[in-house]
Amino acid sequence: MTDKKPDLIDQTLQDLNNDGIDRRGFLKCMAWAGTGLVWTLSGGIPVSRAFAKNIGKYAGKGGDFSFVQISDSHMGFNKPANPDVIATLQAAVNQINGLATPPEFLLHTGDISHLSKPEQFDNVDQILKSSTAKDVFFVPGEHDVLDDNGKSYLDRYGKSAQGSGWYSFDHKGVHFIGLVNVMNLKAGGLGSLGGEQLEWMEKDVKHLKHSTPVVVFAHIPLWSVYPEWGWGTQDSAQALAYLKKFGSVTVLNGHIHQTMQKVEGSVTFHTAMSTAFPQPQPGKADSPGPMKVPAEQLSSLLGITDVNYVRGQHSLAVVDSTLG
Amino acid sequence: MTRKKVWVASLAAPVMIATLLLLAGSPSVTATDQSSAATAGVKIDNFSFGPQTLTVPVGATVVWTNRDDIPHTAVSTDGVFKSKVMDTDEKFSYTFAKAGTYPYYCTIHPKMTGQIVVQ
Repeated sequence: MTDKKPDLIDQTLQDLNNDGIDRRGFLKCMAWAGTGLVWTLSGGIPVSRAFAKNIGKYAGKGGDFSFVQISDSHMGFNKPANPDVIATLQAAVNQINGLATPPEFLLHTGDISHLSKPEQFDNVDQILKSSTAKDVFFVPGEHDVLDDNGKSYLDRYGKSAQGSGWYSFDHKGVHFIGLVNVMNLKAGGLGSLGGEQLEWMEKDVKHLKHSTPVVVFAHIPLWSVYPEWGWGTQDSAQALAYLKKFGSVTVLNGHIHQTMQKVEGSVTFHTAMSTAFPQPQPGKADSPGPMKVPAEQLSSLLGITDVNYVRGQHSLAVVDSTLG
Repeated sequence: MTRKKVWVASLAAPVMIATLLLLAGSPSVTATDQSSAATAGVKIDNFSFGPQTLTVPVGATVVWTNRDDIPHTAVSTDGVFKSKVMDTDEKFSYTFAKAGTYPYYCTIHPKMTGQIVVQ
């Protein structure tokens, strides 16, 4: 588990731990995002290894499993930053279908659609049907709950969910919690979970053993990535307080259309790339709007996140891979 | 209602605007057309409302236009008006019949805030 010398990712994580987001750490983050490193979290200590030569070790063990996070498919978006979001979502699914360890299910962390239109949800559902992973667990992004207070989203994806769409489930000993932080946003504020959801969450995790690995997924980051652009959740500290007792917590978010991660004690925060279009690095543009890049570069800024769980080690390996 | 647009910033009240800018500390535009058919515009660009503070006479109609590649809304914090989601180049208008200050925000990106001052 020990590398001979600290490599890029170790330094990156240290930077993030020490300083929050800084430019140097961020650029490294972006550098490895496209290169396919795997890192595992074991006892709160992240250890990185090259993706290609190690991924095979996760395959075929009883009780181990993997799942894939996709995010921000923005079906219906047709502006210059990506005029064909159908093709890039299909490319993401093709990539998922080619993984050495087939994922047992998919998580979609929101902004499924661009404008909450039924045909946009239909298109995503249709494309995801071509995935070898048949079960897809969704949480809404702000683009999925426009105008109708989330009714069309809930009718389609939230029939067995609580409140505005939150829920939990267990899979092979791992507890998954899908949260909604895109509803009832207040002027000037950030993402919001709200009192009712927080109460539910407290009860939801109360009975769990401390050794249970927990995966929390929600659209807007549950850590303060860049509040100036609304990239954070104002009451996430309360949610995280309920998770303090657990030895392994992985928080998966979308919304910012780029990978970032941070480790705080036993909690690992990670954001996924979009399958539709990239957004600028925090503060590096006038606004967080879609970033237009040369067509040949687009697929290198879109991607999926593969998460592997190794039973007995309570460790999750998070692997970002780009579409091109 | 006439179709006349009142871009007063460059036409009628530069001094007043300068004063308002000093007072408000944020970009302001004042529409001084005293007819009830005044129209003024707010452009949504780069995830912000421009001008952030717009001052209009009672009876004026304010038209919001979304120039971003991302949808936005303009929704009164006090529940007075509420736009539908505006996709790129879509508009929303509201006519202000009463004097007052009307703060509003984008419910999709709540960091985006603005206000209409009706006097």
